[in-house]
Amino acid sequence: MKLTVWTYEGPPHVGAMRVATGMTGLHYVLHAPQGDTYADLLFTMIERRNHRPPVTYTTFQARDLGSDTANLFKSTLENTYERFKPEAIIVGASCTAELIQDDPGGMAELIGLPIPVIPLELPSYQRKENFGADETFFQIVRTLAKPMERTKQITANLIGPTALGFRHRDDIQEVTALLSDMGISVNVVAPMTSSPSDIKRMGAAHFNVLMYPETAEQAARWMERTFDQPYTKVVPIGVGATRDFVDEVARITGVEPYLDDSRLRLPWYSASVDSTYLTGKRVFLFGDGTHVRTAARVARDEMGFEVVGMGCYNREMARDVRAAAKEYGVEALITDDYLEVERTIEALQPEMILGTQMERHIGKRLGIPCAVISAPVHVQDFPARYSPQMGIEGANVIFDTWVHPLVMGLEEHLLHMFRDDFEFNDAAGASHHGGHAPAASVAGGPAPRPADSPRDISDERNGVPLDQGNVIWLADAEKELKKIPFFVRGKARRNTEAFATERGVSEISIDTLYEAKAHYAR
Amino acid sequence: MNDLTPPTLSRGCRDEPILKQRGQHEVFCGLTGIIWLHRKMQDAFFLVIGSRTCAHLLQSAAGVMIFAEPRFGTAILEETDLAGLADAQVEIDRVAEELLARRPDIKQLFLVGSCPSEVIKLDLTRAAERLTEKHAPSVRVLNFSGSGIETTFTQGEDACLASMVPVLPKTDARQLMLVGALPDVVEEQAVSLLNQMGIEDVKVLPAPRADADLGVGEGTVFALTQPFLGDTHAALTRRGARHLVAPFPFGEEGTTAWLRVIADEFGVDDETFERVTAAPRARARKAIAQASEALRDKSVFFFPDSQLEIPLARFLTRECGMTAIEVGAPFIHKGIMGPELDMLEKGPRLAEGQDVDLQLARCREARPDLSVCGLGLANPLEAEGLATKWAIELVFTPVHFYEQAGDLAGLFSRPIRRAEMLKLDPSASRGANA
Ligand code: SF4
Ligand code: SF4
Repeated sequence: MKLTVWTYEGPPHVGAMRVATGMTGLHYVLHAPQGDTYADLLFTMIERRNHRPPVTYTTFQARDLGSDTANLFKSTLENTYERFKPEAIIVGASCTAELIQDDPGGMAELIGLPIPVIPLELPSYQRKENFGADETFFQIVRTLAKPMERTKQITANLIGPTALGFRHRDDIQEVTALLSDMGISVNVVAPMTSSPSDIKRMGAAHFNVLMYPETAEQAARWMERTFDQPYTKVVPIGVGATRDFVDEVARITGVEPYLDDSRLRLPWYSASVDSTYLTGKRVFLFGDGTHVRTAARVARDEMGFEVVGMGCYNREMARDVRAAAKEYGVEALITDDYLEVERTIEALQPEMILGTQMERHIGKRLGIPCAVISAPVHVQDFPARYSPQMGIEGANVIFDTWVHPLVMGLEEHLLHMFRDDFEFNDAAGASHHGGHAPAASVAGGPAPRPADSPRDISDERNGVPLDQGNVIWLADAEKELKKIPFFVRGKARRNTEAFATERGVSEISIDTLYEAKAHYAR
Repeated sequence: MNDLTPPTLSRGCRDEPILKQRGQHEVFCGLTGIIWLHRKMQDAFFLVIGSRTCAHLLQSAAGVMIFAEPRFGTAILEETDLAGLADAQVEIDRVAEELLARRPDIKQLFLVGSCPSEVIKLDLTRAAERLTEKHAPSVRVLNFSGSGIETTFTQGEDACLASMVPVLPKTDARQLMLVGALPDVVEEQAVSLLNQMGIEDVKVLPAPRADADLGVGEGTVFALTQPFLGDTHAALTRRGARHLVAPFPFGEEGTTAWLRVIADEFGVDDETFERVTAAPRARARKAIAQASEALRDKSVFFFPDSQLEIPLARFLTRECGMTAIEVGAPFIHKGIMGPELDMLEKGPRLAEGQDVDLQLARCREARPDLSVCGLGLANPLEAEGLATKWAIELVFTPVHFYEQAGDLAGLFSRPIRRAEMLKLDPSASRGANA
């Protein structure tokens, strides 16, 4: 048994759902109890999908156990076929059904539906969501795709995008444009946007673009072996990687490399003087292996940050991430234990986190700015506007997104003296907790006070421990404070008060104000 | 909305036939209750013995309320546990010890069963007894099941509260017990109204802390504040307590009827009752009138979810002027729901259990002005041009008693007002994330 508080990945059948939900004409019959239907909300609420995932659950109950669960599965499968008339069906078991060993695959075979029925073996007690997606897509491709003549023009399949993927919707568009600029068109995008009949003609492409190794690597390898289709190894996130990707595609296809960078703004934005303040910002990266590796390169080589730590939650990528970490001179953190990630961040005290929605919460708690670079993500990470991570526009989007949580260069100058402020730095982090209660170091840890809710880092009330209310501002000092530009005044006030409190000073004079300024200056 | 005790004369929907279909359910399992129970019981930790799916469910349902170190967690079963390589009982001890050592603030530990733990027949009662023995008196360890093969959504709270009843100390005191986990603000309002009527000894299950002086016995009468507490009802009855059968305190009418039953039990005279309730009743009526303007003559369709459906249908039809087309509930406890069914005028189709696809077909056919449903169905229905209210908000938001009656109506009217407000071409705006 392993005690878990928050998880980065769901169970493997959720991965299978991501594949099925991204597709059309495919249905998933899942042997599972009623509570497992919660997974629908991931798609309808978080991703705002306008239709139910194409999943039918058997929702067996305790009274069915031992007697009727197998029949329930059979009738559900038959009804589902009648009701939805899909081109193909995938069948499988969730964690509970795995224990009752009804063998959905075997039963489906006995029924003999007139369409392909693809059984999934997803070991719920060993593997997780990404594996589930990867394996499901692989099984679908293996069953449906057949060798066939290549298209006359050079074409590629884009593989890996799924429902609930981080910016997959927009990455597809961006990569399609990159290829189209080189005169290469897209054969099939899968699993997302494809139907079983599209899968059947994947063999017609000249090569595969493996957009997300997490969800399509097995399929890529299989197609390489079976159809002799090479696949790309570079994931085009960031300027350098996009250029490398173009070169790689050129090598594979023999087409001239070409990249239209007329809309590329990241390099100039990064070089312009306002960005000087980004120099050497200490960042910590965590997420899925692919996004972390690509983000690390952008962070160091294109933003001028210092990578002080990195890691991934999916063990499948451990080797790659370890190798990358070595290049940055740091130790990779490979774990799916949220609390361990939090401990690491606390110990490293980075100035910024690039992570998942989990790290966003850690950041809020510790008062460290955070930008999201990887799944799992929440509803606001499915923006209405076009915001890819890949290609030219992806690089522009990344610049904006990463800079957004930080203060602007000009403001940074004015703030110079108050640099140690809790919002950018670790030193005062604990004051967020009211008193200096150490954050939990393990599962458990101190209970949050009942009224606590997730905090917003820009909320002033959270920054100031109440006991500072005892500090009095003398009239002169108060006047002096007013001379400080309004948008940094609040921080100046807080820092000065914190400084005074720390030293047991109960009245703030002009001297105290400037002593504080000197103290926080770096 | 006139002065009344519940109109038990008409039998309303009590004897109406109930449609029972068996197909796919689209509801949460009882584990979900942990999300609000752990906020309510401040010294309790909920340890689910389950799978990654259970952990993921809790996290997804908690959604917007993620806390740093929540007082719940999942001991995820692994291959070794299933293959019998590790003794599950020993493993539970290990995880529990670890937890208690690090959280000295925990006074009650709930071992919560899940589908996997039930299928492999893990005996959590034995584990709880053993751990209680070891950690008494500082920690009390109880167990209940929130599994999806046994419980639906709010039944998890029922199972949890029921598990606490047998260990309550015995008391002969004449007392009133309010049963159900409500937000503090709501609970305080209820207690205050009752105190003003001269009913002083009011206790609440669940108590906020384990050491609260909460007992039960023959002198205890109890009123349910939530309609889904059938097992707790049975457990309390076994301990000698007596149930005050009443409609549920939703809306002005429900609240008044609920209070009336208690007042009668404690011999509160009409004058006192009137004095205490007149002002909040008037406020509630006014607030409902305002908030329900958009609801008049509109139709509503309930998918089964929280077991609040029947009382809410009663409120919406009698106090907000709506028509109910279908009222689906995961489970209908006729004894507890009796007074509510009496008050619900004949007309709506009552349904118990679910075949979600057939029910969706009926809903599409009826095209109600408002569909009350779970999170998995809401956006798909909206995309078909049907306004929805997600049911989970009804258990997370303060909606009971007079002062919240207007808010309750507001929860339903907002989606309808919104649909009327937006000047957008639906075919262009729906389906962007197809
Ligand atoms: S339905 Fe069962 S397996 Fe699924 S989350 Fe609920 S308890 Fe866990
Ligand atoms: S703050 Fe947390 S809960 Fe809120 S949207 Fe972001 S990830 Fe979700």
